[in-house]
Amino acid sequence: MRSFLSSRWGKLAIGVVLVGFAAMLPLLNIHIPGVLPGPTYTPGALSVLAYAMLIAALALSYHLIFGVAGMLSFGHAMFFAAGAYGLGILLNLLAPSGMPPEAVFLVAIVLTLVVALVLGNLVGALALRVTGISFAMVTLAFAQAANVMIRRNTGDLTGGEEGVRLEASLVPEALVGVVNTRNLYWLALGILVLVYLACVWIERSRLGHVVAAARENELRVTVLGLRPYTVRLFVFGAAAVLAAVAGIGFMLLQSSATPRISTADFTLTLLVIVVLGGVGYRWGAIVGGIVYTILDQRLAELASSSWIAELPPVLHIPLSEPLFILGMLFVLVVMFAPGGIVGISHRLTKGRGGKKDAAEPAVLQDLEA
Amino acid sequence: MSTVLLLLITGVGLGALYFLVASGLSLIYGLMGVLNFAHGSFLTLSGFLGWEVGRRVGDGTWLGLVVGMLVGLVAGALVAAITELVFIRRLYNRHIEQVLVTVGLGLASVALFEGIWGSDPIQISVPGWLRETTEILGSHIPNDRWLLIGAAVVVLALIVLFLQRTSYGLVIRAGVENRTMVTALGIDVRRAFTIVFAIGGAAAGLGGVLASVYFGTVSAHQGTSLLIYAFIVTVIGGLGSLSGAAIASVLVAVIQQFANYYWGIGDLAIVLALAVVVLVRPTGLMGKVKH
Repeated sequence: MRSFLSSRWGKLAIGVVLVGFAAMLPLLNIHIPGVLPGPTYTPGALSVLAYAMLIAALALSYHLIFGVAGMLSFGHAMFFAAGAYGLGILLNLLAPSGMPPEAVFLVAIVLTLVVALVLGNLVGALALRVTGISFAMVTLAFAQAANVMIRRNTGDLTGGEEGVRLEASLVPEALVGVVNTRNLYWLALGILVLVYLACVWIERSRLGHVVAAARENELRVTVLGLRPYTVRLFVFGAAAVLAAVAGIGFMLLQSSATPRISTADFTLTLLVIVVLGGVGYRWGAIVGGIVYTILDQRLAELASSSWIAELPPVLHIPLSEPLFILGMLFVLVVMFAPGGIVGISHRLTKGRGGKKDAAEPAVLQDLEA
Repeated sequence: MSTVLLLLITGVGLGALYFLVASGLSLIYGLMGVLNFAHGSFLTLSGFLGWEVGRRVGDGTWLGLVVGMLVGLVAGALVAAITELVFIRRLYNRHIEQVLVTVGLGLASVALFEGIWGSDPIQISVPGWLRETTEILGSHIPNDRWLLIGAAVVVLALIVLFLQRTSYGLVIRAGVENRTMVTALGIDVRRAFTIVFAIGGAAAGLGGVLASVYFGTVSAHQGTSLLIYAFIVTVIGGLGSLSGAAIASVLVAVIQQFANYYWGIGDLAIVLALAVVVLVRPTGLMGKVKH
């Protein structure tokens, strides 16, 4: 049985069962106190789950850059924001054009993806001229510039601190309102599956192998006559588009986008998610994204509970800051469990004849050397 | 003319603040290859501690300010040294993990500061003279800029003296050039790591107190926002180069002031400058080090 489960078809079967189960959740009445705000068929629980899935999809796209290509980018939030803001702004711009709402919606989505593709390639083309830490800095600077432009309400489009609201009249009715939260949940699940499949496809392609090889030993790849720059740029652009897809889903789910999603802190959160889940593992990004989002929401609730408030200040101040707990958890994972959640579970199953490849991912070893 | 002079001098003042943050960052990167994301937290913590002690000694007096600056200096050095000993040292030679640890520390500490001091900026009072202006060639320069410039010049002079005149300075300079060789000669570079962290932390700590004077407030996010400019400064100046950091901080701040005044695009102008430097000279203005 174990050999079947770790074979190719077995993995496919597990995936289908998992996705099928996730798709059934809105029809089931499962209540997990302390994890979800209510039974799984309620809009409250569904929107938390949908949000977690979109963050997982975004983390997967970041996994492509950081885990597969080994590039430490601090600007990924920019592309997520491009997706969310792009959809909102384009819908507002195209509204007076007189096209039928369905056409406007489709055109806006396609144009948003094109914008993300162009932006990703522009930033990537420039930033990839340097490697290692300088690359991280250049992406950080671009993201910061984007964040400043969004905050400043550039061209009267981004709405400053208020952000952009989704023009509900142009969105298909099935995706609007609390009643239709389950449709948005299915959309989020669809986006997660789509991004996952795209990641598998890129990683398994020849290009994916070259990128992974360039991560391990750039010199050797260059000597073989291949150009790391081109493949890295492709992966960077692809990750930008996938992040924008997640951003579009985010806009539809939340009905508004605020400058928070374009900050450097938001990218750092993604980094935390990918490392918590396990660098180099696709599943790590998904598990990390879902665990992080639910922890974040639950810890905030825990912080306002009465037994925390009764503790002396030395204890209740740190415990009432979710980001403090998550940050320290992250530090502990980096120092003592480099494989993250998935790495730990692999190590546990390894002892019982399970996965053998539980060695820590090579991406964490000296990137700039 | 008076506007240009005003922008120039206030720009140099802001540059002085950038330098206090960037000098430590650049030295630490040069020697150890660690990009320290917790550097902003050293700055914020020192700003808060300096303010807390300073206002108890004498709120809004020179004595309070000087005591606050000393407290900031010591607090920055101590926190930085502890960070290096507890967190960075264990991950020796694993650069990405070191960066990740400092990222985690940065996120966690800012959340902790918010928990203790609240997320809104707190107004502080400073000696009256600092809120006045001095007239030079017809332009009114805010006096706190002189304090910033003076402090940065003193810090620069002290660091240069330390690097050039002491044996530890020699080890650090040699370590920046070629760490493997220094280790092979039987010198314990790790002590130099702690010292460099302490020096960088002290400069950032002083910068934290002075930043609160400059902005008139202390807040939990002061360090993080300054850190991003400091990163840009270190990349433009060349990672690992102290003189590069000094030149680039003044350059970046002056560009920022002028672009802000004339077109209102200070932050974009800096990013543009960064893009140009990366395109033309990927190692930065004075950078040689490659890790």
